[in-house]
Amino acid sequence: MLRLEARPAPSRLMQWCSPLLAAALTLLAGMAIFWALDKDPLEGLRYFLLNPVKDLYGVSELLLKATPLMLCAIGLAVGFRANVWNIGAEGQFMLGTAGASGVALYFAESDSALILPAMLFAGAAAGALWAAIPALLKTRFNANEILVSLMLVYVAQLFISWLVFGPWRDPMGFGFPQTAMFHDAALLPTLLDGTRLHLGFVFALAALAAGYVFMNRSYTGFKMRVAGEAAEAARYAGFSARRVVWIGLLTGGAAAGVAGMAEVAGPMGQLTDKVALGYGFAAIIVAFVGRLHAFGSLLASLLMALLFIGGEQAQQYMNLPSSISMVFQGLLLFFLLGSDVFIHYRLRLGRART
Amino acid sequence: MTDRRQFMLTASALGLASALPGSLLAQEATRIGFVYVSPIGDAGWTFQHDEARKEMEAALGSKVQTKYVENVAEGADAERVIREFAASGHKVVFATSFGYMNYVERVARQFPNVTFLHATGYKSAKNFAPYNARFYEGRYLNGVIAGRMTKSKVLGYVGAFPIPEVLQGINAFTLGARSVNPDIEVRVIWVNSWYDPGKEREAAMTLISQGADVVTQHTDSTAVVQAAEERGVYAFGYHSDMSKYGPKAHLTATTHHWGAFYTRTVQDVVAGTWKPSNIWGGFKDDMVRLAPLNPAVPAAVKAEVGALEAKLKAGTFHPFTGPIVDQAGKERLSAGAVMDDVALGKMDFFVQGVASRLPNTR
Repeated sequence: MLRLEARPAPSRLMQWCSPLLAAALTLLAGMAIFWALDKDPLEGLRYFLLNPVKDLYGVSELLLKATPLMLCAIGLAVGFRANVWNIGAEGQFMLGTAGASGVALYFAESDSALILPAMLFAGAAAGALWAAIPALLKTRFNANEILVSLMLVYVAQLFISWLVFGPWRDPMGFGFPQTAMFHDAALLPTLLDGTRLHLGFVFALAALAAGYVFMNRSYTGFKMRVAGEAAEAARYAGFSARRVVWIGLLTGGAAAGVAGMAEVAGPMGQLTDKVALGYGFAAIIVAFVGRLHAFGSLLASLLMALLFIGGEQAQQYMNLPSSISMVFQGLLLFFLLGSDVFIHYRLRLGRART
Repeated sequence: MTDRRQFMLTASALGLASALPGSLLAQEATRIGFVYVSPIGDAGWTFQHDEARKEMEAALGSKVQTKYVENVAEGADAERVIREFAASGHKVVFATSFGYMNYVERVARQFPNVTFLHATGYKSAKNFAPYNARFYEGRYLNGVIAGRMTKSKVLGYVGAFPIPEVLQGINAFTLGARSVNPDIEVRVIWVNSWYDPGKEREAAMTLISQGADVVTQHTDSTAVVQAAEERGVYAFGYHSDMSKYGPKAHLTATTHHWGAFYTRTVQDVVAGTWKPSNIWGGFKDDMVRLAPLNPAVPAAVKAEVGALEAKLKAGTFHPFTGPIVDQAGKERLSAGAVMDDVALGKMDFFVQGVASRLPNTR
């Protein structure tokens, strides 16, 4: 009989290797899928992994796609480390788009240089505000933040719908659910001419750096980690559990809000009812694949973005079904969780000794 | 029918080919890209576009090579997919959902030698044009049938979003029904989604419970037809013939046919005669059709609908012919006048006879 036995101490080396192992297993399983679909596995991998980054434009698209993932994931990692389970980054992202769009539309006549900073602030604040609801309910009534933050995603979607069908609808837009296009002063400048990579990428890198400093180098970050790993010890040391919840959720909300701002002020250039693109949910996978670490999140965001764009191109060039990206994402998470099990446990044959 | 159509298309394609200089023929197949908003599935909006793609491939044979990407979100990702088609040597790109408009516009500017066609939008440029179909014509005929078949005089309509295209459908349906049965009321439930079988079903069930004995939908799944079949009421399909999802309930469907348009467009682009224009075709252009009528529809009604259909095909009848009065009793179009395309494209009201109120009316 097979059974799992807890290891005395998980290997630190393997903790860092397991994402790589998971990525390698994903590739192998992916090749098997290509083979089962009667496609050349090597050609499949080429379209999936190499074709998207074949030129500078491709690289810029990869970084563009990874930008919201980095922002959402680093914000979530701060909370996840402290066992604060914010599942609603998707909703906080949407509120961020709304906050930023509000500023852009309200100051549509102005071309002041302050518009972008104001949009950034409004996006972060709106995202944080949305995350404050589960934080308040958690600290006040001990309401489960997983459920509350998740349900608020649907409320956020309806709120965005209401905005773009109602007060913010473009009067020149033939009744379609969209705002007017933002004016130039409300659009993030691009970093490379001829591409769509914009200043938001720099925000994301800055957020990753700040996340690293906060989580790994600050006293508050240390307290959050202790709260996550040993709640009793944290209480004994006098760390406030409420504070941990508030910091965890507000950070996640603000970061997702910034990601939302960067999406409407970047490649979209307007707010529409289709603004929920799944970044907030995908970022949960990113945060875990990235080991709740800033540098890990950077790599994991790039990998997820690559899988997404690769899936697109596998469709485009090989006529594979669109679900192929989702299959790869699922495989990645599955193999990561699987590898993690074996970091903490070992497989034993036979009955447990008593 | 289809065989003959395809034969004729093939024949005309061959005729065109023989008219082309040899050097062009020696070239490799023209590559065409399609961008779909949802998975193809086996009925619905994207399914009809994909059928049309295959029809075009069948008509033009080895002269074209088509590729598609399905389930492309109407956000920033769309621009990358569209651009990738253009950058990898595709000559024509069909972007088949409204939300792609601004992205198509941007890519069209970067690739002046590629032709872009965008479904249901309103922007255009030298190498970029919108196309759409007058679905409301089919809706009017559906309304006439519903008006003849209902006993409760309550009709149910499941809507996705209150945009002009959907309002045109609801209003045409209502006008059609009331043209034969002036006491009818139409109730509308919005599901705020183009594709959500669960919500669509729930909305249909609610409408049926409120007394609707004919239901239809402007959403993308077959859930409403299935719900009607279950509850023993009538329904209309939309986009595709959905009769196999409700053999008893399905009276007919307003179906979309883009194949001949796609074929023509590609031929024009290859021949170098394509010019941007705003295509909005109906029965007359064979872009909208009625699916075969259910045997439950009496012969007299069949004849009545057939006559109207013939008028639509001849272009002698417009469903939005005045007087058109809105819910508030205000006359929107005076007697005898025909609503022009600009007014149709901006439609933002319900006609008299719709019992539900529009959300977000200010």
